[in-house]
Amino acid sequence: MSTIRIRAQESGGIVTVRALMTHPMETGTSKDAAGNLIPPHHIDVVTADVGDTNVMTAYWGVTISRNPFFQFQFEGNKGDTLTLAWTDNQGGSDSVETTIG
Amino acid sequence: MTSNKRRVFLKGTLAAGTVGVAVGAGLLAPSQLLAAWPESAFKARGYDEALKAALGTTDMPEGDIEISAPEIAENGMVVPVTVETSMSDVSEMALFVVENGSPLTSKYLLGAGAVPMFATRIKMGESSDVVAAVKSGDTWYSATREVKVTIGGCGG
Repeated sequence: MSTIRIRAQESGGIVTVRALMTHPMETGTSKDAAGNLIPPHHIDVVTADVGDTNVMTAYWGVTISRNPFFQFQFEGNKGDTLTLAWTDNQGGSDSVETTIG
Repeated sequence: MTSNKRRVFLKGTLAAGTVGVAVGAGLLAPSQLLAAWPESAFKARGYDEALKAALGTTDMPEGDIEISAPEIAENGMVVPVTVETSMSDVSEMALFVVENGSPLTSKYLLGAGAVPMFATRIKMGESSDVVAAVKSGDTWYSATREVKVTIGGCGG
């Protein structure tokens, strides 16, 4: 199961991307049931590429909400393949490919 | 001598080959190889320090930038924010919450054909000004919007 749900729709030459990522985005200041600090655990880099061309890179800190939402736009074409990928500060990562509709 | 060089060359090719395979298998997006998370900017405490670390300046003229966010956010854990601008030649954008312990929430590098806008959801510990910064040409511009928070959301 991918951690990423994504939709990319072209209209008038502009592609609008809406992505939802499943991730705890722990700040490092919360405590677990036993009272121990939960270490920070957050997505730090999100990239969006069409082929070999980067269209957007986001750097995120711990103050992006849990299960992050990300919307952005770029000039693009229906039928092209968009790759969205994230990495987190604990070495986790995921990526997904979607066809622009 | 010749064989030594060849050995080094082979080593290099093997290492490059591993990365190539990872890229080919879709394990790494090409641009992620270049991406570097700006740690000092995210760890900076206090708004001025965060501006300096993230943008290299605290001096930002007001720009033609629109911040959409609720006037009153009931839940500081999830505050939806949209930033857009009609300014031209935009290469980077960033979003700060002045009163958060770590004010920088996020920074965006616009790639080929990117429209200067983004929307996301942020955590706010308390009521605060939210500042959007937009780099147009060589200059950072900003806009500010106050968001009142009923229940703060930075954990702990």
